[in-house]
Amino acid sequence: MSTFAAVVLFAGVVAYAVLGGADYGAGFWDLTAGGAGRGARPRHLIDQTLAPVWEANHVWLIFCLVTLWTAFPAAFAAITTTLYLPLGLAVLGIVLRGTGFAFRKVVVRTEQQRVAGAAFAAASVITPLFLGAVAGALASGRVPAAGYGDPLHSWLTATSALGAVLAVLTCAFLAAVFLVAEARRRGEGELEAWFRRRARVVAAVTGAAALAGIAILRADAPRLFHQLLGPGLPLVLVSAGCGLAALLLPAAPPRLLQLLAVLAVAAVVLGWGVAQYPYLLGTHLPIGAAAAPGATLWALAVVASAAALLVLPAFALLFSLQQRGRLP
Amino acid sequence: MGDPWLGAPAVLAGGPSQLLPAREQMAFTLGFHIILVPFGVAFTFLMLLANYRGLRRGDADCLLLARRWSHVSAVLFAVGAVSGTVLSFELGLLWPGLMGRYGAAYGIPFAVEGLFFFLEAIFAAIYIYGWDRLPPWAHFWTGVPVVLSGIGGTLSVVAANAWMNRPGGITLRGGQVVAVRPLEVFFTGAFWYEALHMLLAAYIVAGFGVAGVYAAGQLRGRRDRYHRLGLAISFSVAAVASPAQILVGDVAAREVFRHEPVKFAAIEALTRTGTQVPERLGGVLVDGQLRYSLDVPSGASLLAGYRPSTRIRGLADFPADARPADHLVTVVHLAFDLMVGIGFALLALSAWFAWSWWRGRRIPEGRWLLRATAVSGALAVVALEAGWVVTEVGRQPWTVVGLLRTSDAVATSGNLWLFFAATLAIYAAVGAGTVLVLRLLSHRWRSRQVAAPGGAAGPGGPAGLGGAAGRGGPAGLGGTEPADSEVPYGPPADPGAAGGRA
Ligand code: HDD
Ligand code: HEM
Ligand code: HEM
Repeated sequence: MSTFAAVVLFAGVVAYAVLGGADYGAGFWDLTAGGAGRGARPRHLIDQTLAPVWEANHVWLIFCLVTLWTAFPAAFAAITTTLYLPLGLAVLGIVLRGTGFAFRKVVVRTEQQRVAGAAFAAASVITPLFLGAVAGALASGRVPAAGYGDPLHSWLTATSALGAVLAVLTCAFLAAVFLVAEARRRGEGELEAWFRRRARVVAAVTGAAALAGIAILRADAPRLFHQLLGPGLPLVLVSAGCGLAALLLPAAPPRLLQLLAVLAVAAVVLGWGVAQYPYLLGTHLPIGAAAAPGATLWALAVVASAAALLVLPAFALLFSLQQRGRLP
Repeated sequence: MGDPWLGAPAVLAGGPSQLLPAREQMAFTLGFHIILVPFGVAFTFLMLLANYRGLRRGDADCLLLARRWSHVSAVLFAVGAVSGTVLSFELGLLWPGLMGRYGAAYGIPFAVEGLFFFLEAIFAAIYIYGWDRLPPWAHFWTGVPVVLSGIGGTLSVVAANAWMNRPGGITLRGGQVVAVRPLEVFFTGAFWYEALHMLLAAYIVAGFGVAGVYAAGQLRGRRDRYHRLGLAISFSVAAVASPAQILVGDVAAREVFRHEPVKFAAIEALTRTGTQVPERLGGVLVDGQLRYSLDVPSGASLLAGYRPSTRIRGLADFPADARPADHLVTVVHLAFDLMVGIGFALLALSAWFAWSWWRGRRIPEGRWLLRATAVSGALAVVALEAGWVVTEVGRQPWTVVGLLRTSDAVATSGNLWLFFAATLAIYAAVGAGTVLVLRLLSHRWRSRQVAAPGGAAGPGGPAGLGGAAGRGGPAGLGGTEPADSEVPYGPPADPGAAGGRA
């Protein structure tokens, strides 16, 4: 039962990495789109694409939090008492991102748009940076089971740096690919090309970072390294293959590109999960030992099933309405 | 050591007591979030009410209201969602002792809440962005899950709070939660009245809040049908909820008397146990004496047990480390009086409104009534905050009554003052931004409304209320309003010309 809860938790992490990630990445392109004149069209597309979905996608993060603290309460406390700096900074980033975006949609004066837009875009980069650092700290086993680990050395590490860089890059990659599809759907050829170019560049950079990451993990997180090349290897290969394919098929239809990107990111996150198994924290807190009493896990299983029955179809409805142009 | 970070940890890590900043921060962020909650929960109901009326009667004014309210709720949803996310993080960052020890039980209602948040966020998006693009009735129905999941979300999160006040459904061994009975955790004795009381509060705050905006508009001379409808729809909902709220509050008070005697003593600022306890209004507790209060003989005893001989336990009956400190007792006592006073004031306002509607056979427009309505929204928010202060401060020094002290729940790492300062700064910006953005929307709509009757619509299209009014049928389905989601980016047109693409 505790493994099931861990699987549910990780499913939430993957969903947030892909869906939430694409939303953060859109902020990355917003930030780098250039001045008010030049950046107007990509920003408009980003805005229209993000508006109906970002809050729903954001709830995956809440889902991860509530699942973690209910199913594995001690682990949650251990994580928050150790990684409070990156977590606190990330949550402040989340505030700025969300409100910046919502405000910018309403204001029309350039100065106001600039302020709100800057908050949105900058926070869209900073937030995944810190969340990636948190992931790096978790993956390299820097959080002690009793919590109150070193507030700085637990996450100012090479693995966390790698996590942070990869988080920002994969977000940007996902977003670029999603926006290619969105531009195509709207028949905006120029924008499609604009995002296609950027998708390829980030795909290449991400690949390079991942290669460098191999060396980093070997030195800084040996267990993760070995597990990734052991049980996690198929997933790592899927991820690499999909990333490479996305890079090498410049004229691929947007839908295929999207599928490849999602697979590439989901596989690498899943690979982390597999590499971590059967531990929740490092090699010192096994999933079973960290779990809440059975009845709690059953209650969570009921909630998760209800989510599968109600929330997934609702998401399908939302996305399909968006794809059919029923939501601006 | 030779640690390059040696200087930093002194500031960033480890402070003597984190209790004060943690409490202040929790109180501030909760107090902020709770203002937005009524708009996620109940404002959406008002919106659907207007939408329904609009579709049923082909009333373009109602549809325009619904549409504009949905734009407002889009902004408030975002602020509510991010401020709620902060709370979720804070449960771990500020109160690891609570989550680590009792997460297995306390977490369950939050997990249920997560489910409702998904549904709320998804359908809110479909509703807000689906105007004109979905068939009108289908569009209306996509709003219904928003209202229902708002109710579900409120019930769940209040269930968590009720559990802190009257914990149950767990078995402890050696301080560890070894068994959990999820249904008992969710449906504790305090669940029913707290949940209902909060739900009604949400409808009261949203109702009077919106009514207040339209009342203020009418006082400034905008007395068209649109403004009168906006007032009538929202006021009616609040007026129905107000009497019910007092009944539920009365039940809550008696439940607190029976099951949380310390909190009840704090509410009454009663130090010594006794019978024929007067209901003491106002006052400050100084050296164990309540000063400057107005007393109603035997009032408290009558309210708690229907007869003057009802014995009420005083604070002195409880050990000093199991009850709130004196200055907190004063806070709880005054907050309670404030809430109850406002509750009755709002009831009186509702009665006044109903009476003048009945007398005049039309939506009332009296100046004094409008003035009172204009401030009612702010009063309702004050009551909401005061009620929460009663519950939360009255529970001190416990976070989970009888099981976990607040001082054992709090984080001991980090310097929470810094986090608090950053949070304050960001929330100040967000709060100011919210007000600014809402005012902007209102100005924009008003300038359209002024432009429309003369036929001189803005560049956004043949827009405006005046043109739409009276035109029924699909053409009038609020479709005359240029979609505000079409606001362009890049160099702007002149600020007034909101509808045009630059
Ligand atoms: C619009 C807001 C509003 C209004 C008009 C009232 N209340 Fe209230 N009250 C709340 C909003 C609220 C609240 C903020 O929603 C609380 C906090 C916790 C809760 O369950 O509801 C609350 C708590 C609360 C509690 C403490 C419950 C507990 O700690 O478990 C009591 C005893 C009352 N109320 C009693 C009343 C009475 C007798 C009222 C009669 C006039 C009243 N309230 C009006
Ligand atoms: C410790 C207390 C609380 C926590 C941890 C909390 C958590 C949250 C979270 C995480 C969200 C964002 C969901 C999203 O992304 O859409 C949220 C929004 C919301 N919360 Fe809270 N909340 C708390 C108190 C309350 C209370 C007291 C209520 C109501 C009674 C409430 C009702 C809501 C509602 C209705 C929303 C959605 C509103 C919107 O999106 O505009 N919350 N809350
Ligand atoms: C229903 C959701 C809520 C939950 C689960 C909740 C939970 C908590 C927790 C865990 C604490 C810290 C521990 C403690 O001091 O006991 C706290 C404190 C506090 N909360 Fe709430 N809260 C809720 C709603 C609210 C709301 C809406 C307010 C509005 C103002 C509020 C006001 C406060 C205050 C003032 C404190 C500090 C009390 C003190 O230490 O003196 N709470 N709450």
